[in-house]
Amino acid sequence: MRAWFISEQPYPQAWDADPVTLRVTLPSKHFDPKIGADLLNRYYDEYMAADELGWDIMLNEHHSTATCLSVSCLNNLSILARITKKARLLTLGIPICHRPDPVRIAEELAYADVLSRGRTEIGFIKGIAYEISAQNSNPVDLMSRFWEAHDLILKALTTHDGPFNWEGQHFHHRQVNIWPRPYQQPRPNVWISAGNAATAIPVAECGHTIATVFSRDNAKKMFEAYRKRTAELGRPEPNLDRFGYLAMLAIGRTRAEGFAKLAKVKGYLESASIVNPAFQNPPGLFPPEANAAALQRPSGARIAQDHLIVKKTDGTPINTSTASMEDLVDAGLAYAGTPDDVFQQIKRMYDHVGGFGHLIALAHGGTLSHEDTVDNLDLFSREVMPRLRELRPPQGQSFDARGVIRENALSA
Amino acid sequence: MSGVEFRRHRLDILGIGLDVLEGGSGRPLLFLHAGEGPDVYGTDYLAELAKTHRVIAPWHPGFGGSDLPADMTSIDDLAYFYLELADHFGLEDAVLAGASFGGWIAVEMAVRSVERFSALALAAPLGFKPGGREDRDFFDFYTIRANDWPDMYFAEPDKYRPDFSKWPVADVVGVTRSRESITLFGWKPYMHNPRIRRWLPRIKVPTAVVWGGADKVISAEGGRRYAAAIPGAEFTVVEGAGHFVHVEQPAAFARAVRQVAGAPARQAKPEGVA
Repeated sequence: MRAWFISEQPYPQAWDADPVTLRVTLPSKHFDPKIGADLLNRYYDEYMAADELGWDIMLNEHHSTATCLSVSCLNNLSILARITKKARLLTLGIPICHRPDPVRIAEELAYADVLSRGRTEIGFIKGIAYEISAQNSNPVDLMSRFWEAHDLILKALTTHDGPFNWEGQHFHHRQVNIWPRPYQQPRPNVWISAGNAATAIPVAECGHTIATVFSRDNAKKMFEAYRKRTAELGRPEPNLDRFGYLAMLAIGRTRAEGFAKLAKVKGYLESASIVNPAFQNPPGLFPPEANAAALQRPSGARIAQDHLIVKKTDGTPINTSTASMEDLVDAGLAYAGTPDDVFQQIKRMYDHVGGFGHLIALAHGGTLSHEDTVDNLDLFSREVMPRLRELRPPQGQSFDARGVIRENALSA
Repeated sequence: MSGVEFRRHRLDILGIGLDVLEGGSGRPLLFLHAGEGPDVYGTDYLAELAKTHRVIAPWHPGFGGSDLPADMTSIDDLAYFYLELADHFGLEDAVLAGASFGGWIAVEMAVRSVERFSALALAAPLGFKPGGREDRDFFDFYTIRANDWPDMYFAEPDKYRPDFSKWPVADVVGVTRSRESITLFGWKPYMHNPRIRRWLPRIKVPTAVVWGGADKVISAEGGRRYAAAIPGAEFTVVEGAGHFVHVEQPAAFARAVRQVAGAPARQAKPEGVA
């Protein structure tokens, strides 16, 4: 199992600025560039520490928000490609349905892959609802743009015999011929994040790594859907490196110390939900039937999305932005406590979902200090990482990208 | 409903299934609806028009229960589609009317062909951006919840807010589908066509533009500038009415329709006006 460190590069200094929304409309006068410069430099120090400690690094991005200063994971990827030594570097992800030019994305990915000598992994995301207004992307045809951009980027990364033509529904190029080409041949591994079992299916069909967040039951359903679809296609049982799961991480020498860290890290969850409701459900993003059902309920403000209901192990639903730390741990949103506590919690999650190969840890969040973040990374690295080998995959093959691509070509 | 019976039926045009309300008699009038459909905020305004016209009021492709083929994604598609619908009905000397988004479609049709129409009546049409690049000419509906959109349609929204809990499920799905489709067609450029200004002089039939003085979506001043870009257009402001001026003041809108329908053509037509 690989362990990936993620920080959203938050700016908690502005989290009290507006009780209604920290996203889309929060004026940037609430951002102090001097504080921001200290924070960003500190966050890169933490990535370098993670690299030294044997972690891999995942990068993400959001826009117009105090919750996440990272605005382009491709930007960050280029920096880390140069300043880290060993870590694999994952962009999860690039919101390809919001970006105007997939060919440019392919070029930038290939560049970072060469610079890092083949340490990158490519992650694509659909982008959460409130990115739509910030990026002015039409919510109605997002998925069609997503898959066309996906296809174009992968073809651009793997075509080396001169220009090809692309005149699709959304993207138009006559001379696609990227330089440089990726260091990893035929291309770096691709990840796609998904939110429910239905969205796991196309990811399985592509043979990509699937990742999800913050719900043990949802992760289980998605991984099952992925495995089932793979079997339906007559392919071998997918390797565990096809599955990633993200949760918060807070380790201490004592249980109390771990939970004291979690109290700060979970600022991530508390701030993430402070969004004007208008930006959470633009027409076109969710099915008309779901919105109609919401309209027909007495105070029908919110759309019902069963996969977003997070439950504890006893089946009780929790509100993730207000739940107790014990409930967050129970529901699989956080690993917290002593190193042994954390290992047992990871093992429980691993067994619940049928195994997964990528542990993605939000080991910094909210107001957790630099010292505590590095301590969090260090304790995990020394006390937990070696024990992850105890979690034995049923079959232990390494990822064969060429094989997957060949399979894709055969099944196309 | 002033005693006019409207018949809801299904059409097939170019393989696209379309729901249509039809009622009244007289010179035909194609009404292209605002918002989520022709009946969501009542049909009194259609009944008013049906006193003097055979009213044909379809749900746009993608709105209500009308089909939307995957390759219909722009306002141009809707304009060509409705020109085909006019052929389908064999309209002659008809009145082309539309409100808000439907008014924009009517304008896009009229700059292409007015072969089947001899008058154009518009209630607060979208489609034309009066201001500069930094002017927020159109209210940004995506900064409020879609459930609250009617607040912006009306000067007095409380009179018109539907109680969806009492509606058949299929009709409520029709409303949410409509909101999705107006988003598809109107997202970017937002609710307008930057190139329409150049072609407005091609509208060669008498045109009436009616605007609510209390319009919260586009100001009446913006409407005045729109009308001024259409040669010879009559511009009327109805004080106190909101963006859905045709719903809030049906008599005032119908008066403007009858006036423009009776106006002499700017370019003489062989048959004259009815």
